Amino acid sequence: MTVPTLGKDLLGLEPLTKEQIQLVLDTAEPFKEVSERTIKKVPALRGKTIVNLFFEASTRTRISFEFAEKRLSADTVNVVAAGSAVQKGETLVDTARNLEAMRIDMVVMRHPSSGAAKFLAERIPSNVINGGDGTHEHPTQALLDMLTIRDKFGRLDGLKVCICGDITHSRVARSNIWGLRKLGAEVAVCGPQSLMPGGIEGLGVTVFRRIEEAIEWADVLNILRLQLERMKAGYIPSLREYYRVFGVTLERLEQAPHDLLILHPGPMNRGVEIDSRVADGPHSVILDQVTNGVAVRMAVLYLLAGGRPELAEAAKGSGREVEE
Amino acid sequence: MTPSERKILHDDSGVGAALERMSREIVQFAGGTDRLVLVGIQRRGSDLAERLCRMIAEAEGATVPLGVMDITLYRDDLQTIGPRPVVGETRLPVDLDDRWVMIVDDVLFTGRTIRAALDQLADFGRPARIGLSVLVDRGGRELPIQADIVGLKVDAQSSDRVDVLVAELDGRDAVELVHGGNT
Repeated sequence: MTVPTLGKDLLGLEPLTKEQIQLVLDTAEPFKEVSERTIKKVPALRGKTIVNLFFEASTRTRISFEFAEKRLSADTVNVVAAGSAVQKGETLVDTARNLEAMRIDMVVMRHPSSGAAKFLAERIPSNVINGGDGTHEHPTQALLDMLTIRDKFGRLDGLKVCICGDITHSRVARSNIWGLRKLGAEVAVCGPQSLMPGGIEGLGVTVFRRIEEAIEWADVLNILRLQLERMKAGYIPSLREYYRVFGVTLERLEQAPHDLLILHPGPMNRGVEIDSRVADGPHSVILDQVTNGVAVRMAVLYLLAGGRPELAEAAKGSGREVEE
Repeated sequence: MTPSERKILHDDSGVGAALERMSREIVQFAGGTDRLVLVGIQRRGSDLAERLCRMIAEAEGATVPLGVMDITLYRDDLQTIGPRPVVGETRLPVDLDDRWVMIVDDVLFTGRTIRAALDQLADFGRPARIGLSVLVDRGGRELPIQADIVGLKVDAQSSDRVDVLVAELDGRDAVELVHGGNT
């Protein structure tokens, strides 16, 4: 049986094949059960040291990674930019090299600059997992979104998924577009012209200018958070105006020909991009996304850790019982 | 691998008879079916456990709880092997505290799988007793682990591979020896 591998790092979904993405989603399945156990811990990553290096605020992603790491028995250290040497002007590579000197195995990094994860991965031997880099990619978020959709429909192939909101500044949108398209879903985006990057059609997505059209077309809406600082920068006239034109409301969903699955990567602005009655409604899987996030991140950590092919031959000779 | 290197040691009737005998011995071992739980090791051990469970149900008129366990995440060679093995399902239907747990696997070789299974079971509860049933004991232990109930004994060199085939996955039941297959 030939199993695809992930390689050294997870930098984004753009460089991955369909088979690699499927491997992560399939591997996440058994990890869901680990979190349901009384003792939520397996020894798979015992002895591994993982650094969570966060140069940008994050609650959900950082906690989710930390749960995933701890449930695999890895040792973890959290480094946040504020209060660290980063604030004193240390460069990214110097920070990483200093961590490496303490003999770490993996780095999960969030950084405000697009390409930061790749930059780091090319310079250190540890596995690097991109926890979000600028407006580029946020691969584990897209993977957990895809797993949540697949749980509900049993497939991704042929599904119509519309990503709504601020597409220009969204790494979640980019990773979702890459991943969903590779697995055969049709992808559309919907949002104000001012938050829609030029040439987005080049990624193979349909663009809707009106939320009503998107709702009529889609099986799934992935509603992005409107970053409130965008309003100050003049991208939208007001939050009320945004809700009036682009808000996903119960009234709008009731016009749809069939029920829509509702995703949101959080944190939500209730009454801005999403109506509370939708967020808490029967078709919302927003909390399932959070649960799946831990399983997906466990799968990624498990797949990247160890797995050094040059040692595989030696291990085979030692009389392993599991041949698969 | 040419077919001539593959030798059939037991066919479906041999496997069937061995399982019948094992099912009786398991009930004897546990002093009845009251507290007994069967736990099959993925993948072929779980198929064998399911069959033993049916045989016990027919003979004793009692349904014994059946669990399955994938021990991949408890293996001691995860740091060295690659690519990462696919992880299967783990599902234990009852609380294991004070139960008689019978682990069921297809082949007992080095004992490392069973070592991992014991570690994993300890994370799920504290059984009154844990036993081990295997369809085939092929020798070659690397750890101090022995089975309580053995269906068939096979004399194999460490360089040989012993395959258990089950109808559920392979279309037929058999025990086969592949000379030089364990390299």
